[in-house]
Amino acid sequence: MSFFRDTWIIFTRSMSLSLRQPLWAVIGLLQPILYLTLFGPLLQTVAASSGFQGDAWQVFVPGLLVQLGIFGGLFVGFGIIAEWRAGVIDRQLVSPASRGSIIAGRSLRDVVVIVTQAIILCGAAYFMGLRIPIGAFLVGLMLVGLLGAAFSFISNAIGIATKSEDALAPLVNTLALPILLLSGILLPMSLAPGWLQAAANFNPFKHIVEALRAVFRGDFADPIVAIGVGLALALVLLGVWFGGRVLQAQTK
Amino acid sequence: MPSATAIKQGFAPVPNALATPYLPLRRHVTANRTGEFIMAEQPPIIEAKGLKRRFKARGAKGKTIDAVRGIDLTVHEGEIVGFLGPNGAGKTTTLKMLTTLLAPTDGTATVAGADLRRDPVEVRRRIGYVSQAGSTLPQAKVGEEIVGHAQLYGIDRRTAAARGQELLTALDLGDIWNRTCGTLSGGQRRRLDIVMGLIHQPRLVFLDEPSTGLDPQSRANLWNHIRSLRDEMRTTVFLTTHYMDEADSLSDRILIVDNGTIVAEGTPAELKKRVSGDTITLTMRTAEDGEAAAKVAAGLNGADKAVVEANIVRFHVPDGATALPVLLSDLTRAGIDAIGVDVNRPTLDDVFLTLTGRSLRD
Repeated sequence: MSFFRDTWIIFTRSMSLSLRQPLWAVIGLLQPILYLTLFGPLLQTVAASSGFQGDAWQVFVPGLLVQLGIFGGLFVGFGIIAEWRAGVIDRQLVSPASRGSIIAGRSLRDVVVIVTQAIILCGAAYFMGLRIPIGAFLVGLMLVGLLGAAFSFISNAIGIATKSEDALAPLVNTLALPILLLSGILLPMSLAPGWLQAAANFNPFKHIVEALRAVFRGDFADPIVAIGVGLALALVLLGVWFGGRVLQAQTK
Repeated sequence: MPSATAIKQGFAPVPNALATPYLPLRRHVTANRTGEFIMAEQPPIIEAKGLKRRFKARGAKGKTIDAVRGIDLTVHEGEIVGFLGPNGAGKTTTLKMLTTLLAPTDGTATVAGADLRRDPVEVRRRIGYVSQAGSTLPQAKVGEEIVGHAQLYGIDRRTAAARGQELLTALDLGDIWNRTCGTLSGGQRRRLDIVMGLIHQPRLVFLDEPSTGLDPQSRANLWNHIRSLRDEMRTTVFLTTHYMDEADSLSDRILIVDNGTIVAEGTPAELKKRVSGDTITLTMRTAEDGEAAAKVAAGLNGADKAVVEANIVRFHVPDGATALPVLLSDLTRAGIDAIGVDVNRPTLDDVFLTLTGRSLRD
């Protein structure tokens, strides 16, 4: 299959470029680590209040992981714009490479970077006091990977479609803020007033965060888990479809 | 045995590519110097008919821009063809259509034996394309970019590395394999782009504005390398340029493009013959003097209608050397003085001016 072969070729090139500059991955990890160490301890006190289900770390770390998946993916579009400016995208478009592989190879690299960051984040959380079954850890990584893939596809596609950092930056920020505030990433939405909870119910990421919290509690059978994983998969499909469309339009 | 030009230009011979001396194929060529092969008429390597491209205008609803308005062109194997025109003439749009980067709105083309519309993937396999935007990321390693690109053509890593090294040597870039692309000079980077475009050994390579942004020395060097693509590697070269000296110096045949159509074609010499005689350029003090000088020039024997651009007056006479003394005394009699006079043999810019009434430099 030429799509998988080409995706692998483009992935290896992108990965080797990222490995040469690991600083960006470290900087990307800095924010969740700061949340973990400087905001996490505050939660210990809040956890004693009503509306909180389970251990504070089991509530807080899933939110940070989902945030890592979303934000780690959302900002990769800037990289593909730089590659387009350098002529790399046209160079690959004029080769017989499968069209889809041009974004897929790069998104696969982003997923690898994000999942690695998630492993480090979970390791740090372990030292802070997080205790979860290994199965929950693996499901967490899978969800982060799926979110990373979806947002990396979307961000790369917007980057290629707009070819402008000035367009991408406000778009990404506009997407990011409501996702962050209405998903209960930092605090569970169960603490919110009724109208805010109702609004958050329309946000798929709230359900994904809730799903991961259930998994971290060891509650794999909770129906929200299936809903969360299903939503994440749907987002990946949406991202792949959008990415494919944008690339087809490139040579139209 | 390397050819005489290879020795003159100081190229290390490339194995395979240099196995036999090569004479550019033309339709009228029936045998090379040693009579080794008799050439029948070759099918053209590019044949385009009525290529058109219409863009939606930004901002205005329903408005369209016709960037290319119907281009017919034929390129034969072994030719270096220059696509010359001012910025915005439709050169890059045409190139993008021929290289499958942009779908034509109308028209048909066969490129390297494959149908552009029906089989773009096969066209991609068979052509090389060197964009004016470049091809490599500044922070990437030269060798990795070359190998990673070759793999997209199904070439294995070992063959890609060997071929890449060979091409780098041929383009005087022998020791840059482990360098970072961003540390190369502009001229080196452009030659690396050509290496990338040739890694799958295409019979046809497209160069988009190859020497833009290079200093004069790097340009001359690049031109030698472009000639050797054809002379030593037998690659047909189709290049776009808005520099008349580049088109003049490199091309066997030039297609002059303006406003989305081809307005003239021929060898540089044939095109220059279309301009009658020498160009006289007068630089006057003011625009009014310019107008007056144009009237004086019109009285000269055999002069054509002068083109006045503010205080610059340009016209053609059959023989510049004999016309000049007459012109100067006529100007003095009319009471105007020229502050500068130039007599030039025809250039491609004059050809363009004659055809379109505008200068290429505009």
